[in-house]
Amino acid sequence: MSQAVESRTRIKSERYESGVIPYAKMGYWDPDYAVKDTDILALFRCTPQPGVDPVEAGAAIAGESSTATWTVVWTDLLTACDLYRAKAYRVDPVPSSPDTYFVYIAYDLDLFEEGSLANLTASIIGNVFGFKAVKALRLEDMRMPVALLKTYQGPATGLVVERERMDKFGRPMLGATVKPKLGLSGKNYGRVVFEGLKGGLDFLKDDENINSQPFMRYRERFLYSMEGVNHAAAMSGEVKGHYLNATGATMEDMYERADFCVTLGSVIVMIDLVIGYTAIQTMGKWSRSNDCILHLHRAGNSTYSRQKNHGMNFRVICKWMRMAGVDHIHAGTVVGKLEGDPLMIKGFYNTLLDFKSEINLPQGLFFAQDWASLRKCVPVASGGIHCGQMHQLIDYLGDDVVLQFGGGTIGHPDGIQAGATANRVALECMVLARNEGRDYIAQGPEILRDAAKTCGPLQTALDLWKDITFNYASTDTADFVETATANR
Amino acid sequence: MKLTQGAFSFLPDLTDEQITKQIQYALSKNWAVSVEFTDDPHPRNNYWEMWGLPLFDIKDPAAVLFEINMCKKAKPNYYVKVACFDNTRGIESCTLAFIVNRPAYEPGFRLVRQEVEGRRLVYTIEAYAPTLKPEGERY
Repeated sequence: MSQAVESRTRIKSERYESGVIPYAKMGYWDPDYAVKDTDILALFRCTPQPGVDPVEAGAAIAGESSTATWTVVWTDLLTACDLYRAKAYRVDPVPSSPDTYFVYIAYDLDLFEEGSLANLTASIIGNVFGFKAVKALRLEDMRMPVALLKTYQGPATGLVVERERMDKFGRPMLGATVKPKLGLSGKNYGRVVFEGLKGGLDFLKDDENINSQPFMRYRERFLYSMEGVNHAAAMSGEVKGHYLNATGATMEDMYERADFCVTLGSVIVMIDLVIGYTAIQTMGKWSRSNDCILHLHRAGNSTYSRQKNHGMNFRVICKWMRMAGVDHIHAGTVVGKLEGDPLMIKGFYNTLLDFKSEINLPQGLFFAQDWASLRKCVPVASGGIHCGQMHQLIDYLGDDVVLQFGGGTIGHPDGIQAGATANRVALECMVLARNEGRDYIAQGPEILRDAAKTCGPLQTALDLWKDITFNYASTDTADFVETATANR
Repeated sequence: MKLTQGAFSFLPDLTDEQITKQIQYALSKNWAVSVEFTDDPHPRNNYWEMWGLPLFDIKDPAAVLFEINMCKKAKPNYYVKVACFDNTRGIESCTLAFIVNRPAYEPGFRLVRQEVEGRRLVYTIEAYAPTLKPEGERY
């Protein structure tokens, strides 16, 4: 017993001897792990640094997104540490993309606080994305267990109740964003709202960067917009709405704006992804308490969702936002001006609308998902779409969507009402034809031309925009189908 | 004015043949078709009168069209709509609704603006026709 106490009590087991050992050996890799129904599952698309073993990279991701740090710590032994370690349980090479791997990771339910998206995301997209051992990393999909989903409110209103409140059944809903984005006075702004709604739209929308600027403070916009909404509702006999953007610098500002919105009798309020997950969840609860539909714009998402090799897939944002409690989210158009591979977009829509989803690799759905009765979140299609594409829009996007034609309404040569009417007639004639069993995809242009015989504004719109398409290859495509875009 | 509630109000009035095709579509989806009528078409009148129960057991489009036409005949100066219901879990609501009859003259609605505190207005939508008149004497 000549040794010092420090030497005598030093941990002798290989696993806990101080120093740096591979993550896989620390217990973050378990190819035999039996996934529990209550586990949260994540799928990462991982590009390890040259020379790094993919299994070790996968284990490192599991470690860094749960309990691990870069070296062994004895304090692990004070906990039931095996439970808290996430386990990488499967590593597959990505088809036709060399040196890239799909890593499947399971997290125990108790790693996360109930009903807190901030807590969940701090783990899953925390430090790990800056980890030097991986060159690039992308979160592709997640499976949320029913046990976790039951702790989230989900959409404040949901598709079914929104349709009942709006009295719109059997067709996509129609909207438009007020343009120009910036500079209109409150009174001129309300004019655009009124004209679009009177012409036949169900909703108009504040754009993402309209908050309460010097050229138009928010109260002015809210007051005039609601005059437009109510006036158009009286003239058409329909329920109408305008997404009043309550986004502000602080939660107090947003409460003030949202409260004013509901005081004025608006059926819908709007926020933006840039306000952050906690603020979004807060507004989800506010909206449920105030009988308001909650529209979410997605500013900023393309900074991290568009490139295949790094960031996160938008379908994960869709999942999180359905949990967080929004009723609308922009989810792509396929045919418009913004990024959108048809199968990827279908996967986003299914994520927002399904009661239960099955695995569908071409759509990028890596896990089956039971939504545990969380309400359906309505996808919004916006950006460079026009009425001449109506057959394609209905084919790709279905009925459960808000189709938003901004330029496609306000840019009509005969005015905003004419633009709105053209869109409404195009929509109704195409839904009618589809229901009749016609081959509306092939006959789309003919169906539109026929409808235009009794609708001058539609004829004008078809003539003006007949050649407008946005045929660029998508950057975010599935790894499991042949697509026009090479995997990079 | 033309009341534009329902899925096809911006199109010319539907013919019997067109209505039949929509009914066929609904029946192919296993939806129950309901016929409803009203002379109070306020946008927030959620409960039009039902022309009997939704036709849960009827699978023949001609039989559905018969009920629609009976309703139209009995209520010529009313709004009549067809509403379809889907009882699939996760939907359990109306999935298609369209107007199949309207009064000969549609006077529409006026917007009543009540000035309250500040610049705020309280809006009320009021149908011209039903004002002060009882049901059945409005159009």
